[in-house]
Amino acid sequence: MNVLLDNFALFRKGFVGTLELTLASSAIALGIGVLMAGCRVSPVRPLRILGGVWVTVLRNTPLTLLFFAVVLGLPRFGVVLPFFTLAVLALGCYTSAFICEAVRSGINTVPVGQGEAARSLGMNFGRTLSLIVLPQALRAVIPPVGSTLIALAKNTAIAGSFSVVELLGTYRTLNELGYDIVVTFLWIAVGYLIITLSISALFRFLEKRLEVAR
Amino acid sequence: MNKHFGSLHVLRDIDLTVSRNEVVVLIGPSGSGKSTLCRTINRLETIDSGSITIDGRPLPAEGRGLARLRSEVGMVFQSFNLFAHKTVLENLTLAQIKVRKRSKAEADKKARELLDRVGLADQAPKYPAQLSGGQQQRVAIARSLAMDPKVMLFDEPTSALDPEMINEVLEVMRTLAVEGMTMVVVTHEMGFARSAANRVVFMADGRIMESRRPEDFFDHPETDRAKDFLSKILKH
Repeated sequence: MNVLLDNFALFRKGFVGTLELTLASSAIALGIGVLMAGCRVSPVRPLRILGGVWVTVLRNTPLTLLFFAVVLGLPRFGVVLPFFTLAVLALGCYTSAFICEAVRSGINTVPVGQGEAARSLGMNFGRTLSLIVLPQALRAVIPPVGSTLIALAKNTAIAGSFSVVELLGTYRTLNELGYDIVVTFLWIAVGYLIITLSISALFRFLEKRLEVAR
Repeated sequence: MNKHFGSLHVLRDIDLTVSRNEVVVLIGPSGSGKSTLCRTINRLETIDSGSITIDGRPLPAEGRGLARLRSEVGMVFQSFNLFAHKTVLENLTLAQIKVRKRSKAEADKKARELLDRVGLADQAPKYPAQLSGGQQQRVAIARSLAMDPKVMLFDEPTSALDPEMINEVLEVMRTLAVEGMTMVVVTHEMGFARSAANRVVFMADGRIMESRRPEDFFDHPETDRAKDFLSKILKH
């Protein structure tokens, strides 16, 4: 009857898998997302087009389809990677499109004059963006980025269908062992809650921190 | 030189030369193109035809050359545009360190000297939002001066200020003018134009209508447009 305690090692393995997927994908999503947002507001037209295409393609593709594309597509080009890495790539790139748009909306909240002042002092586009605009955009960007990363944490469940060890996938083993499926799912939900609520807490903390900073 | 905003021809056949150490004041009714003209000088606005040369060299189109030129042309905005997330001191040191590649100590020293010069030495650790408008604008002037500019552009520097704060800003500008800074000033402060300018350029409808010594312009305007403008603003 006690699903959790009897199978703690299994749960823990799944939980750690989900956590690792979330952390690695978040890093990729944040990195590429900010980079693409920079592209979308850059004065260089090809970069703007790149950013636009990136967002349009990834934001409008179902995540599961993207997983198939990565898992089945990349090996055809001779790229052989572990399933975990492929899953991180799919999740990270997919989420980066949403991060990009959140960051871009944040950039738009910074008054144009801030960028003009920076440029008139001789700063180039990169410095203007990284030293003046992005730091001021940060505060506006934090709530939507938090929501996006929570969505990412939940989306990691799809990786379970692609041979990656993660939390949701533990139900298969437990179901075969004859445990009550409802109770199993309850504990799995608790596992996800631990991760998502931690993300919420982290972002609430960041929001508070930045409020004091000026 | 010419410029259009869509179908609006905002700058028409502008031909203006500013000599070294000269203080040129641009005046004229709203929408006459004086701010736009001021902003084209460091290419915050692009032009459609014609050319702009600074110090004998044509204005670079983009990239590194333009950034270098901008670092030598100071700009003061109507809305101050101090970096809101940086302290007053950091506002003055940031571009010195990142663009001019000065050491932090050197930049700090220069910044404090300039803050002292605009009478705000004690405000260094504060954030811009904690200062009054007049103080913010004086910091903005100091920030531009920290780059050792060859020219200073002022785009309506006192238009967003309470009347009692206008003078403290004009005083700083007047001192600069006396010290021989080359300045292009867009303003509605006729007193400043009369007392500090070497030349007044009167613009209307995107054209330069008159370009003369202040006493000549204010006492004997030649064009009807200028007479009309002066009669409206000098009535009170």
